[in-house]
Amino acid sequence: MTALLEIHDLIVSVENTVILDLPELTVNRNEVLVVVGPNGAGKSTLLQVSAGLLKPTRGKVFFTSDPQLTGLDYRRKVSTVFQSPLLLSGTVRNNIASGLKFRQVDSEQIRQRVDTWMEQLHISHLARRQTAHLSGGEAQRVSLARAFCLETELILMDEPFSALDTPTRTELLRELRELLSRTGQTCIYVTHDLQEALAVGDRIGILFDGKLHQLDVAANVFKRPKTPEVAAFVGVENIIPGKVIGLSNELVQIQANGFSLEAVGDGVIGQEVYACLRPEDVTLYLAGTEVSKSTARNHLPCRIRYMFNQGPLVRIELEADFPLTALVTRPSAEEMNLAVGKEVLAVFKSTAVHLIETGHFQSF
Amino acid sequence: MQNIFEGIWKAIQLLLQGDPEVIRITLLSLQVSSIATVISLVLGLPLGTFLALSHFPTRRFWISVINTGMALPPVVVGLVVSIFLWRSGPLGDLHLIYTPWAIVIAQVLISFPMAGGLTISALQQLDPRLRVQLLGLGASQIQMIFSLWREARLPLMAALIAAFGSVISEVGASMMVGGNLKGSTRVLTTAIVLETSRGEFASAIALSLILLTLAFLVNFALTVLQQHRK
Repeated sequence: MTALLEIHDLIVSVENTVILDLPELTVNRNEVLVVVGPNGAGKSTLLQVSAGLLKPTRGKVFFTSDPQLTGLDYRRKVSTVFQSPLLLSGTVRNNIASGLKFRQVDSEQIRQRVDTWMEQLHISHLARRQTAHLSGGEAQRVSLARAFCLETELILMDEPFSALDTPTRTELLRELRELLSRTGQTCIYVTHDLQEALAVGDRIGILFDGKLHQLDVAANVFKRPKTPEVAAFVGVENIIPGKVIGLSNELVQIQANGFSLEAVGDGVIGQEVYACLRPEDVTLYLAGTEVSKSTARNHLPCRIRYMFNQGPLVRIELEADFPLTALVTRPSAEEMNLAVGKEVLAVFKSTAVHLIETGHFQSF
Repeated sequence: MQNIFEGIWKAIQLLLQGDPEVIRITLLSLQVSSIATVISLVLGLPLGTFLALSHFPTRRFWISVINTGMALPPVVVGLVVSIFLWRSGPLGDLHLIYTPWAIVIAQVLISFPMAGGLTISALQQLDPRLRVQLLGLGASQIQMIFSLWREARLPLMAALIAAFGSVISEVGASMMVGGNLKGSTRVLTTAIVLETSRGEFASAIALSLILLTLAFLVNFALTVLQQHRK
């Protein structure tokens, strides 16, 4: 993989408050890098700096092919798509052509490129329509066509689908993923939605408070979060503090508030850790059920404290040596006749537990 | 009532006869006000754009100054311009007092804040993110500004209409700095004042009708242009 864009020692401050702090970040050619994080994490700032629209307080953002490029020449190597389509008044065709006209591309080439990208985004039939008469989904397709037809080295997208209804968003997300794969277009995509990140991203960066907590391929971010914040953000609801008390055959034994649980991983005796467990990895049995240790090594007697429906699943909050959350299917909950106050056995595999060292933090 | 009908009849006669003095006064009014409007736009559009799009500590103060200027009384402008252009004044050597150019200067001072202030308001009505989007599409600063002007063309045209309207109809400044000299600086508004003061209501009404028709035609043309490009 070759690097397309590099960020070094980047600091962006507003009124003496650091809102973005990235010691290093490389965007590889042909990859879709998704930066995900909550509101106010610094995602849009990162995008604006990468687009050459915001001057960093310190540090450098540059294309590896031409590190000296700045100003308008830099900006013209990038195109951007924002949450709001921000179309100009006039026809769809004129809007898609606007970036090419700024670059003074000749009119025949503009016509060809606009036709090509309208076709790619299935909006050829809208060519002569006024932008004021477009639906939200159509407007965002025009916005995407306008960015793609510039055929820049890098496309930046700032939550492009977050204002759309769910079916339109799902459809556009699928089409965008296909388009990015087909064209090999390098893209930095910013969102607060993890599902969206997993759908389009080759690599995912998790940004909190202006710092990149983890940058990895999508599967690793999801399964092996590096900080408790990332774990919570990617849907790990059980983050149990404990201490390593034993090691044997790749298994780490952890003492967590009186309960000894086992996890697959590395550790040092005496080390403080967080044991991370997804609620969907917890299986519930009625109290007194015999469950073999070979099925799952961790057996925790609990009492149901609270339960509520969550679509086809039931979220169950449990009281034990530490609070635990489980997700079970509705038929399972009904079959077991689960109810608040009932005693159950929570069972989970040692491979389902992911360990994070306390205070562990590594910036990428 | 008799005067009004007489005035209308006389106006029709004057227009049909093509009275050379009336034509001269009308053309001078149109010329002076058009030049003043164009200069106001040339100055007001860039200044309004700068104030609308930039950020600096005293920006609000300057926007307030421009907005105050929109309500500047023409007689005050006439007084200030007279003081400057008076023979013993700072610009007396230019010998501009009681010339059409003195009227142009006074009318520019009246209409320029109008053009600037309405430009600020027209550009501030646009989505502020549009500017970032245009730059993100590779627009240069100049291309970005022209695109914003294009997006705000309706309110900007309104600024042009308001600027022209404010000068074609003002009388105080034109009277003070032009002197209402026959054959030289007499424009429609000052001629109306003169005819009224002489009790020549019929002539005053005739000139008023011409002024109203002129103002209507110019505004109609600008409005057609404005709505056509909508």
